[in-house]
Amino acid sequence: MRNPTATRLLFEMSESGRGTVVFPESDVPDVSGVPVPGAEHLASVLLPLPELAEPDVVRHFVNLSTLNMSVDSHFYPLGSCTMKYNPKRHERLARLPQAVASHPYQQESQIQGLLSVLYELQGMLAEISGLPGVSLHPAAGAQGELTALLTAAAYFRHRGEQRTRVLFPASAHGTNPASAALAGFECVQLSGGRDGFVDLSELRAQLDERSAVFMVTNPNTLGLFEKDIATIAAMLHEVGGLVYIDGANMNAILGRTRPGDFGGDMMHYNVHKTFTGPHGAGGPGAGPIAVRDFLAPFLPAPVVTFDAVRNWYSLTEPEHSIGRMRSFFGNVGILLRGYCYIRTLGGRGLREASDCAVLNANYLLSQVRDFLDVPHGHRCMHEFVASAKRLKEQTGVTAMDIAKRLLDYGFHAPTVYFPLVVEEALMMEPTETESLATLDAFAAALRQICSEPAELVKGAPHTTAVCRPDEVNAARKPVLCWSAQC
Amino acid sequence: MAYLFDTPEQRQRMLAAIGAASVDELFQQIPESLQLGRELALPGAVSELELEQDLQRRLGEVGGGGVCFLGGGVYDHYIPAVVDELTSRGEFYTAYTPYQAEASQGTLQAFYEYQTLISQLSGMEVSNASLYEGGTAVSEAVFMAMRVNGRDGRVVVAGSLHPEYRQVLRTYFSRLGTEIVEVPAVDGVVSVEMCRGALTADTTALVLQQPNFFGCLEDIGGLTAAAHAAGALAILAFDPIGPGLLKRPGDYGVDIAVAEGQPLGTPLQFGGPLLGVFTCRSEYVRKMPGRLIGRTVDRRGRECFVLNLQAREQHIRRDKATSNICTNQGLLALRATVFLSVVGPRGLRRMAELSHAKARYAAACLTRLPGVVLKFERAFFREFVLETPRPATEVLRSLSDRGFNVGPELSRFGGSLGAGLERCFLVALTEKRTRAEIDALAAALGDVLGS
Repeated sequence: MRNPTATRLLFEMSESGRGTVVFPESDVPDVSGVPVPGAEHLASVLLPLPELAEPDVVRHFVNLSTLNMSVDSHFYPLGSCTMKYNPKRHERLARLPQAVASHPYQQESQIQGLLSVLYELQGMLAEISGLPGVSLHPAAGAQGELTALLTAAAYFRHRGEQRTRVLFPASAHGTNPASAALAGFECVQLSGGRDGFVDLSELRAQLDERSAVFMVTNPNTLGLFEKDIATIAAMLHEVGGLVYIDGANMNAILGRTRPGDFGGDMMHYNVHKTFTGPHGAGGPGAGPIAVRDFLAPFLPAPVVTFDAVRNWYSLTEPEHSIGRMRSFFGNVGILLRGYCYIRTLGGRGLREASDCAVLNANYLLSQVRDFLDVPHGHRCMHEFVASAKRLKEQTGVTAMDIAKRLLDYGFHAPTVYFPLVVEEALMMEPTETESLATLDAFAAALRQICSEPAELVKGAPHTTAVCRPDEVNAARKPVLCWSAQC
Repeated sequence: MAYLFDTPEQRQRMLAAIGAASVDELFQQIPESLQLGRELALPGAVSELELEQDLQRRLGEVGGGGVCFLGGGVYDHYIPAVVDELTSRGEFYTAYTPYQAEASQGTLQAFYEYQTLISQLSGMEVSNASLYEGGTAVSEAVFMAMRVNGRDGRVVVAGSLHPEYRQVLRTYFSRLGTEIVEVPAVDGVVSVEMCRGALTADTTALVLQQPNFFGCLEDIGGLTAAAHAAGALAILAFDPIGPGLLKRPGDYGVDIAVAEGQPLGTPLQFGGPLLGVFTCRSEYVRKMPGRLIGRTVDRRGRECFVLNLQAREQHIRRDKATSNICTNQGLLALRATVFLSVVGPRGLRRMAELSHAKARYAAACLTRLPGVVLKFERAFFREFVLETPRPATEVLRSLSDRGFNVGPELSRFGGSLGAGLERCFLVALTEKRTRAEIDALAAALGDVLGS
């Protein structure tokens, strides 16, 4: 039960002179003969941080946590985000002190074990993708995209080609165009066919010697497998371009098909999605990329290499590396969780996970399509996109209203208003770690909501601590920091 | 084994409801020629117990069995137990980006508190809700500077900035026309005069670090004034423990301050995941990268928190977004929030003072050895560059054999830190190191150099 007095802002709970962590007294003598910072460098007053006792802090955050929905507490069918169960075993394994206490500049001889695990993970991700060159370096999926685009750009530059355009369908994640722009490419958005697939003639009309990369999510953000992906890849390759697979939806196809086999030249994984890194209220992720062999020399540094003769693992820089994308090696803590997941599932287990993710999504689809439109077919991969457009026209109830009302029923909302190609979109991804009973209860709640009085739904949520924050005013006069005057 | 619930009978019921004969049929959307048609060639599934035994065996000893005197951007600071306890709560740990404000007030309020704590720590007006890590935060800061002053011809970077941050900047800007000019450090710091000379009318920003990569303290006030005189922004990468003892970025009047936030309650983890701290003047808020949490009221006038100014972000603005970042470092920001709450201003001051005192003591002990000197006779905070008569790589290897992890050696970064540094390495101290460990390090170094 929430205790509201404990969820006052930390700053309102502060009392001067309170404190908690008592570090030891200094055990070293003051020394002379070593330069001392001058007054121009030294702080003159105590920092204005709050002063709190540890029990206050504990009660504060424990109570705050109860205001969240999470995978551990609720069904969380947030489409495109793969909110599956995060196995607790990974937590213990990834927190082994040997891994947690490793400093990135330790001697290579001391980290041979850790490097061997990372090297093995590189190989696993190569096998799962069908793409042999792997970099574990990127911090998250969006950085994986940027890394791969810069890798492709270095490859083209090496070949003396001037390719300036990156293409993507309108259903693409926002990170695709944002990454392309950041990498200095001109963005070309394709509207796509009405059936939700890439329109081949539209694509063909845009392809020429300026085309660098076509970025496509497959299965796409409508939950459909791009049936013409091999043709699309052939078209790109014909003009000398490359195909980038946004791997956000890999959870649909593990062990069933591989980006490298359907024509992809590069891809990123979202380890926190597909391979169960905890989502952590917004991260961290890890966004390793996998590329074809001819792109591997351009991958960022460092990668793990193995010298079988010396039986030695090293961090090395690929021959024509684009360089660093971040400091240090990568988000090792998350990569280790992904490694644990792959090891404990094995090839068969990964395929079984995808099988059940697709089964669950199709089942949920079968249970909602009689009362909610699903514009792009009666079958899907691991997720599907319903539309509340008809309901909105009839009753005024929007996708957002449905999302908010679901919270009253104890379900997190699906992703809403994405992809942009579906009006009043509700994107649902149940994942494989939900039971039939949960899916039935969720479908029943959705059905109920769609027949509830509009004013009830539009007033939702009714049971949460707050209801419909004023975002417009928040943006007009941003208050981003507490101050004693507020 | 996958985490699955349903019995074979239940799966049959689901297939019947779908109208499919088998799960294979659901995958007919994938053209047959593209289907793998074999099992993935991965090691067979192992149990939790077997995996733990395997990892225990392979990972070897904690820290390679050595005492950590390593620095260079991430540090072995103490993490109070309460940080792990609170941030492990599933309600935080297994939630995602707080898109649905009503189902995420816990996360949203915690990140609003994070933003405020970071503002208080840095002396800057606004903080975002995190970026990936310190290096990308520097690159994002330069992009933001370009949006702020509309200059894109040049960025001037101190040669005393972390070499990996400079490498990241070069990669991020590799396809853009902006010239990256590095001002070399002279005797451990960059000179105001040389920076002034490099700042041109089309320079967007001057990028600095305090303490710098060598551990030395720069004249940030003078350098900031030089940047401003040229119409450029001053970007400062700061050490988040520094403000326990030293002036804050805001005290110097810098425009954007970023940090590697790892020392605030995040373990080393071989360098990731880390915490990218990003702060700036409030007038630039609409040009900031990353998520921002704002305070507002709900329909019934109740105070609450939301993702704010989302129109800057990639999911709305796409190719015109202020950054491509989506997933950030939420959990690490939460760790910093709990860490700063529980440590408080006095605890942070004690951490900073202890680290500084031990660094000074270590410097004094180590430089008593024949031929061992501080490379730069300058004030430092918690790490310093030591020079010995022997190549640094050899010395550090021998020290690690004796149970002391020290460094990094400056030659690791090629010539990017200057010439003639082959015998130089960093030594970093935190509040965790004891006098006995420091004395033992000095004895070991004496042994290494004497042998």
